[in-house]
Amino acid sequence: MKKKQSKSSAAERKTEVLTSLRNFGASLYSQMEKGNFPWIKMPSRSIDNIFYSPEFRQYVLGEKTVRRSARNIRHIRPFSQLVWAAYFAQELVRHRKTSTLRDVYYSAQAYDVPFKDQPESNSIITDLETVAGFSREECNVFPEERSAIFGDLTIEYTVPGYEGKQYNLMSHPDGVMIGPALTSAEFVKTTADKLIAIEKGGLFTRFIEEQVHKKFNSLLVLTAGQAPRATRHFIRRLNKELNLPVYIFTDGDPWGMHIAMVIISGSANAAHLRDLTTPDAKWSGVWATDIVDYKLPSVALTDVDIKRLNELQKDPRYEGELWQREVKKFLKIKRKAEQEAFSRYGLTYIVDKYLPAKLEEAA
Amino acid sequence: MVTFEMISPADFFYRNRDIAGFTNPARAIFSSVRELVENSLDASDQSRVPSEIYIRLSNDGEESSEEADVYKLRVEDNGSGIPPRHIPSAFGQVLFGSKYKLKQARGTFGLGGTMAILYGQITTHKPVDVASSTGTTRIHRYKLMIDIQKNRPVILDSKIQVNKNRWRGTMVEFCLEGDYPRAMAKIVEYLKQTAVVTPYANITFVDPKGRLYKFNRVTSKMPRPPKETLPHPHGVDVETVRRLIQITKCRNMIDFMKTHFHRIGEKISHNFLKFAGIDEKKDPRKLEPDEIVKLVRMMKKFEGFRSPDASCLSPLGEDLLKAGILKELEPEFIAVCQRRPSTYSGHPFILETAIAYGGNVPRKDDIVLYRFANRIPLLYDEASGVSWRIIKSINWRKYKVKPDMPVAIMVHLCSTKVPYKTVGKEFIADRPEVKAEILNGIREVARQLQRFLSKREYREKERRRLAAFSKYLPKIAKFSTELSGKEKEPDIRKLLWSVRKFEEETE
Ligand SMILES: Nc1ncnc2c1ncn2[C@@H]1O[C@H](COP(=O)(O)OP(=O)(O)O)[C@@H](O)[C@H]1O
Ligand SMILES: [Mg+2]
Repeated sequence: MKKKQSKSSAAERKTEVLTSLRNFGASLYSQMEKGNFPWIKMPSRSIDNIFYSPEFRQYVLGEKTVRRSARNIRHIRPFSQLVWAAYFAQELVRHRKTSTLRDVYYSAQAYDVPFKDQPESNSIITDLETVAGFSREECNVFPEERSAIFGDLTIEYTVPGYEGKQYNLMSHPDGVMIGPALTSAEFVKTTADKLIAIEKGGLFTRFIEEQVHKKFNSLLVLTAGQAPRATRHFIRRLNKELNLPVYIFTDGDPWGMHIAMVIISGSANAAHLRDLTTPDAKWSGVWATDIVDYKLPSVALTDVDIKRLNELQKDPRYEGELWQREVKKFLKIKRKAEQEAFSRYGLTYIVDKYLPAKLEEAA
Repeated sequence: MVTFEMISPADFFYRNRDIAGFTNPARAIFSSVRELVENSLDASDQSRVPSEIYIRLSNDGEESSEEADVYKLRVEDNGSGIPPRHIPSAFGQVLFGSKYKLKQARGTFGLGGTMAILYGQITTHKPVDVASSTGTTRIHRYKLMIDIQKNRPVILDSKIQVNKNRWRGTMVEFCLEGDYPRAMAKIVEYLKQTAVVTPYANITFVDPKGRLYKFNRVTSKMPRPPKETLPHPHGVDVETVRRLIQITKCRNMIDFMKTHFHRIGEKISHNFLKFAGIDEKKDPRKLEPDEIVKLVRMMKKFEGFRSPDASCLSPLGEDLLKAGILKELEPEFIAVCQRRPSTYSGHPFILETAIAYGGNVPRKDDIVLYRFANRIPLLYDEASGVSWRIIKSINWRKYKVKPDMPVAIMVHLCSTKVPYKTVGKEFIADRPEVKAEILNGIREVARQLQRFLSKREYREKERRRLAAFSKYLPKIAKFSTELSGKEKEPDIRKLLWSVRKFEEETE
């Protein structure tokens, strides 16, 4: 039985976040104390400053910076909102409270720095991530969408009221929601030697029912479509801290393929952030090749699907051999299949036959 | 078998009342009020006493048909009054009047007031009551009907009363069929716009429901009265010349030109006759028909005449126009402009424009246009008028005017001959010279509005800028202090002061 201790990785992060926020405030403070209008410089997030870095195996921001000054009438309001957001994040982290993006939007009103709408509020939070160098989740701000995990992993909570409490993620047969309490928890021990991420809830449940976690010694993660950042970060931690290889199963279409890619190589929207990717994770299916090899019931690709495939073909993240091969294959067969398509061979076929074959292929 | 007959002018207008603005019961009641009010205003312009006009419209009791009621209309003024011997014809004969002279007036054809009375008579078969005095010791009262076939007044009754208070003015009362509910909005609008171009008038209107509308004067100053003028050679036709040579006392062409035409002196007369190839010494009475035609043609061609002077016109003037608009619309901003006199086809004209913003200017989805000609409002067929088309052709964004802004434009055309498109003074035809003046006049006031709007926009922006700084800088200071864990907030008074100073510099 493997036992991993990664004590205080979460606690360390918290201190780093607080220091960064404090430094941000201190630099503004000293500018004002000297009688100057406060200003900041941060990397530009415009399209022309987003590059794919083979070194980091993810998108990163280039050299270009933008300057925001409180002297500028067009900047003064967003500038204030940014400073407020930093203050708000500091309060959250300090008091170990979490909030959602929606909370942020409403909370600003209490401080009389109201946002016009949710997108404006979200974009200020992204500014905060850029300035502070931490993701919003690390600033205890979470989006609404949640995904889930199941399997033999014991964690220890760090959230107030649960500190020190341990919990095994096999305790609930529906799986456990990957929320702030879980992502801030420390890993205590696990018997698993791999992690399988699944796009859809139906299959996630089937895997639990079919004891995939036991049969394959695996943790199961439900991404519920495109994986939220917290989940991507969490998968990365499981991969790095517990050395678990990651296998991703999605629908056999360009969209499923891209769900896997974002877990592996991240998205352009998060180019200002690190530690959200799991570059060694594997996309295990459903491939276009599988559609042919397993004679899966399939449907024709739509124009939108084909357009998307053409985009992906040129995407630097898709340079790898497997990716190019599958994109081409999709374009060739012009068909797609859902994970559920395996049911035509019986409900357990996917677990009994397909999964072992794919895991073997990947290993 | 074909039969031939002749009809009188009254008969003609009886048969064709549409062209004089008596199309339907609603329009008829509007036109009646309007024609009598305009006669009253003309009369007080003539007497140079600020107008007092009282209008009463009441139900006459009896219902006459489904879509129209019978109303009694009474209009009373303090104008010049009418010499007693002319009273019957003035109201009982179509195309009889005192305004055929070459000078600006509201009435023109000797038609309007009389048409209203004629309409009343044909719809109710009742006589008109008139009382008038020119300020003598007597008041003359008449009960009249019109003999339509003969175009002649029929006097049913006449009285002479003692004028104890030396009242001067005219009172007209008659019954007519009309549709007041449907005419009401237009009548009130008409009076309101009349008040705009007649700021020296007190106008009182009591409507059939007993509602009182009062438009009070804000000044007793009246515009300079028009002087009667001689015809300009460019605007003369063969018939005019033919009539002139019959009455002239001149015995040579030099004198003839100088005496009967507008602004012709010795030198111009000489130059023109040389240009026209007409003997200076010729006796005008001996002009042959073909010589008359030639004379008129040459007059139109000759470019050495002086342009008509504008003394025959009586524009409102910038001050009065401003006073009228201020009183009726109470705008936030106003600009007025009187253009220099100009001419079209030998007819002098003066254009006045104004622009008003805010206050009680109605907020439509478009600019509100008020059209006036010889100091009367034109309310119908706005879209057919030249002014509207000019406004539509202007790029208002250039002047910072947006469609939802409360902006009103007034266009006032004064002329001895307003180029109406129809007999029922409703809208003005396209004449290139007039069009150009309207465009220039509107542009002139629009530029002033633009300056006002820019300045205001700038001030508003400045205010918002300052407000933003004074709201947000303290917040930045406060949150930065919290973030950095400092005790005391930084002093930002200097920063706030610096944005303020910047504002003063740029203003
Ligand atoms: N209220 C009035 N005061 C003085 N004169 C009037 C009045 N109403 C009408 N008149 C005289 O009656 C004439 C005929 O009036 P009307 O039929 O309205 O024609 P118009 O006004 O076109 O001349 C006028 O020219 C004027 O001399
Ligand atoms: Mg008249």
